[in-house]
Amino acid sequence: MNSIASILALSVDAQTVPAVLFYLFAGISAASALGVVLSRNIVRTAVCLLFTLVGVAGLYFLLESEFLAAVQLVVYVGGTLILIVFGVMLTSKSPFSRFEPKAGEVVVAIAACIILFAALVMAIRSADFRPQTLDTTQKYPVVALGQALLGDYLVPFELASVVLLVVMIGAAYLAKSRKRDDKRAVARGAATLSQKARQWS
Amino acid sequence: MDPLALQHYLAVGAILFVIGLIGFVTRRNLIVMFLCTELMFQGVTINLVAFGRYLNNDLGGQAFTIFVLVIAAAEASLALGLVVLLFRQKNTLDADAWRELKG
Repeated sequence: MNSIASILALSVDAQTVPAVLFYLFAGISAASALGVVLSRNIVRTAVCLLFTLVGVAGLYFLLESEFLAAVQLVVYVGGTLILIVFGVMLTSKSPFSRFEPKAGEVVVAIAACIILFAALVMAIRSADFRPQTLDTTQKYPVVALGQALLGDYLVPFELASVVLLVVMIGAAYLAKSRKRDDKRAVARGAATLSQKARQWS
Repeated sequence: MDPLALQHYLAVGAILFVIGLIGFVTRRNLIVMFLCTELMFQGVTINLVAFGRYLNNDLGGQAFTIFVLVIAAAEASLALGLVVLLFRQKNTLDADAWRELKG
């Protein structure tokens, strides 16, 4: 952080640079999260989610979880977002096709969410967190993270591998059953075509 | 107060979670609803990492964030497969088209 300050040649102390970066990343992620919710174009929604994920990765960096930030960028931005874009492509009729709930439902939902947010903020402000001095002596937290994953958290680690196996089987099943649906859809389309031909003849 | 305290990160997590929740209940597009669940995941994982960093100073928060990432990736593949299948059935992404699932 000091090196960044010296590069910028600003007269700032070591504490304000992380604060500025925090507000930058938090602003990016919050603004693009609003974009995800408000945008009516689904491709633009996906791009807004990309910026939210990048902002959250920056927050991970500030929390000194560099490995997590890299994993976030690789898995989410590189994997999940590509998957979402493929889903958008496969289901695209019109990027602007809209179906909105009733205005009353929207008002009730937003009011409930604002109440939840107020409750969360009140809880955060009133909770008495133990102030803990940050441990900066750990040189290679990635090594410690790997040891924790295969030591303290071995059971969830193995369960995650089981979940991945099950999801792989499930995804293969979904992809396989699609073929039968296609045949049925083709048969249905042929039936309606022949019906129309009979009407016209 | 410290310029960057735990509460700042918790506030960002709460903001992301509530924005995602608003999107989830007010939008009807299946893919947008799915993206909003991803937003809520982000809010939760920020909380996990910040608590692990500031309160316990151990790696529990980071480890469970990695598990959340795994579950989110698995959920993304299955959910998008299901969305594509649902789209082929009714030719629309409107969640209201599947009202009969309420039973």
